[in-house]
Amino acid sequence: MSTAAAQKSGFLATIWDYLTTVDHKKIAQLYLYTGGFFFLVGGVEAMLIRIQLMKPDNDFLSAGLYNEMITMHGTTMIFLAAMPLIFALMNAVVPLQIGARDVAFPFLNSLGFWLFFFGGVLLNVSWFTGGAPDAGWTNYAPLSTTSPGHGVDYYVMGLQISGAGTLIAGINFLVTIVNMRAPGMTYMRMPLFTWSTFVTSALILFAFPALTVGLFLMMFDRMFGSAFFDVALGGNVIIWEHLFWIFGHPEVYILILPLFGAFSDIFSTFSKKRLFGYSAMVFATVLIGFLGFMVWAHHMFTVGMGPIANSIFAVATMAIAVPTGIKIFNWLFTMWGGQIRMTAAMLWSVAFIPSFTIGGMTGVMLAAAAADYQYHDTYFVVGHFHYVIVGGVAFGLFAGLHYWWPKMFGKILNEKLGKLAFWPFFIGFHLTFFIQHFLGLMGMPRRYWVFLDGQGLNTGNLISTIGAFLMAIGTIIFLINIVYTAFKEPKVGGDPWNGRTLEWAIPSPPPHYNFAQTPLVRGLDPLWVEKMDGKKGMTPSEPLGDIHMPNGSILPFMMSLGMFIAGFGFIYQIDSSSWLIAVFIGMGITLGSMLTRSLKDDLGHHIHKEELERDIKKGAGK
Amino acid sequence: MSHDDVLNPKQMPHDPEKATLEGKNKFLGFWFFLGGETVLFASLFGTYLALNGSTQGENTPEHLFGLELVFIMTMLLLTSSLTSVYAMYHMKNHNFQKMQLWLVITVLLGLGFLGCEIYEFMHYIHEYEFTFRSSAFGSAFYTLVGFHGGHVLFGLSWITALIIRNQKRGLNLYNAPKYYIASLYWHFIDVVWVFIFTVVYLMGKVG
Ligand code: HEM
Ligand SMILES: [Cu+2]
Repeated sequence: MSTAAAQKSGFLATIWDYLTTVDHKKIAQLYLYTGGFFFLVGGVEAMLIRIQLMKPDNDFLSAGLYNEMITMHGTTMIFLAAMPLIFALMNAVVPLQIGARDVAFPFLNSLGFWLFFFGGVLLNVSWFTGGAPDAGWTNYAPLSTTSPGHGVDYYVMGLQISGAGTLIAGINFLVTIVNMRAPGMTYMRMPLFTWSTFVTSALILFAFPALTVGLFLMMFDRMFGSAFFDVALGGNVIIWEHLFWIFGHPEVYILILPLFGAFSDIFSTFSKKRLFGYSAMVFATVLIGFLGFMVWAHHMFTVGMGPIANSIFAVATMAIAVPTGIKIFNWLFTMWGGQIRMTAAMLWSVAFIPSFTIGGMTGVMLAAAAADYQYHDTYFVVGHFHYVIVGGVAFGLFAGLHYWWPKMFGKILNEKLGKLAFWPFFIGFHLTFFIQHFLGLMGMPRRYWVFLDGQGLNTGNLISTIGAFLMAIGTIIFLINIVYTAFKEPKVGGDPWNGRTLEWAIPSPPPHYNFAQTPLVRGLDPLWVEKMDGKKGMTPSEPLGDIHMPNGSILPFMMSLGMFIAGFGFIYQIDSSSWLIAVFIGMGITLGSMLTRSLKDDLGHHIHKEELERDIKKGAGK
Repeated sequence: MSHDDVLNPKQMPHDPEKATLEGKNKFLGFWFFLGGETVLFASLFGTYLALNGSTQGENTPEHLFGLELVFIMTMLLLTSSLTSVYAMYHMKNHNFQKMQLWLVITVLLGLGFLGCEIYEFMHYIHEYEFTFRSSAFGSAFYTLVGFHGGHVLFGLSWITALIIRNQKRGLNLYNAPKYYIASLYWHFIDVVWVFIFTVVYLMGKVG
């Protein structure tokens, strides 16, 4: 590292290094730590909800606090836990899988992270300033536009800021994958995780702007007196629902597709076989991404769109089950006849298949528009989306973390503890959510803070709460594993799993330029191709030479900090216009940093050949 | 490529904006960004169309809009798009001063447009008491057209900053992509205006 900071040492220098880093591997760590933290916050909120619903007529949480809890649980889990943890994996892995030295826009990569970070912090500050948002993660108007206090304002500003970060990250990965692939890495040789990152990024690009607009309209209505959702002045509350779900349904695929990709890589590695039906898998991923934009109104069957619209959206929704089915079968056939190693990563992946399939099945049930009038807004829906989100996304994150941990940190997470974490989580998961389908069919509505005694709902809810505690135990064991591994586990080499793809061709953790020489890719599963040819590693595609690397910068942090300050200004200027000062200061910092970025040349730096040769002697870079 | 080759290239390639990997990335990334912007404006247009009739009284589109001013604004902005094409043409021929000149003209035309828009808004507010808050239609109108106006303002500041920053040193492989994507942005703004002109003003007056 030739930035000035890295030559200094000590605690402050480390902090400064992380504040200014543009290295995708360090940004991956930042996403991991922050996303992990918010995952715990969202988890505690979930536990509080389940404790409240443990028995009938409970008064553990007040009605108002309960509403805040469900809203913040959903919002936190989707935007502040699942998305950043996915970005952690993408940042750690995708550039390595395509043989690149960094992402296309390292500066924007850092900006994306800090925007997400400050958006998330802003949202959670609401707990301490008079109440969190309480209109559900879907924030439907007019519930949201009439919600008293500033909770919903925090929702609007927090998501707007972190959403901007997500959009930036999406564009970054798109360009990275199009422009930065190593020689020979054609599209149809890209590992499935890279493919799914590509499709996901496209979904982000086309879905998030709808949320941006929705949030702007909500902001204008709540903070500047406009009338988009004010029926008395001709407004229309359904506009919010459309904008939200035009974003919201693609969002569920933004969450699941990258993990579909991770599972594909994991199944193939631990079955010691190439992925079954590679091109069908790619095709299915693209098709799911495309269809994901055609189905948003299945969340609005009961709004009264009419039978024609409902039927079209119902059929389109059911169609998504087809490419998803293709994937399920291909994963099974990948394992079929393979030399299966039941590592912790593989355990989570195998468990994902039946769990997610149940969620897909209830999804098709929900897609039957006529039947949805019965299911809608009941615990059946809660059961459905947790089967896909926990059984798919959360299982996938655990699997992906186990699989790529050695690449990120140079150590394998302890396998025994890994499996010990899996079992209570897996059993607890089904205990919690399976019964919720039946609670829903029995008429228990979602988002009610109490249920009544004597309606046959007691046992089911108690079982559900017990399951939640088991999941908490599993999570705690996983955390213990991280600490244990950091202190007790030995270092491993670059390729601990006998891997097939490019990331396993370089040391763990990789040097900050990743590849001393860009590799030449000669087929699908490029490292495996070389291994089958009896070679030790990749053949380089270029002679050893100087490497160009980007410079670190504090500007992304400053830009995001400015937005954070301005966010408070926007929220509180309704109470007193002197808060507009915060808007001006904040926007001044942001725009000033943008101007600095635009005007000041930043050409990066070079790592010299001699330095690389020294690294290679020490065993790196190959 | 060494830093010196980027800042003081001995020979300018034909497409200086795409000569470096950074330039290629910027070029592609910006196209993607414009894809996202398209969804943004599509959402705003959708909202506008949904609230088009919600005028709550006198201030309907037919009553408010005057096509004369809007025609002048359209001409200003369309011309500015053309002048920015000239600027890019001179960039490809490595004629830096002519490029700067055409960009200055672009900025002046853009300022003319922005001036007209501010005048138009003031006119509606003071003559008709038609504001952001008076009806859902008012909110939708000012939001859609105002978002576009905000883009114009941002584009003008951006191009101006580039003109001033590089006036002394001329074109190189580092700033060529910056100029190029700024001009892409400017075209995009122009295209959005064509839709606003049609959907808001023409359809409002005639439709
Ligand atoms: C792939 C991962 C999936 C995720 C992450 C997901 C997520 C969700 C979420 C969060 C909701 C709740 C909306 C609310 O707040 O009311 C939901 C509802 C719904 N899901 Fe899924 N889903 C997935 C897959 C599917 C599939 C495969 C189908 C159908 C084939 C489906 C069909 C539906 C329908 C129709 C609803 C609306 C239910 C209602 O509101 O009454 N989902 N989904
Ligand atoms: Cu959906």
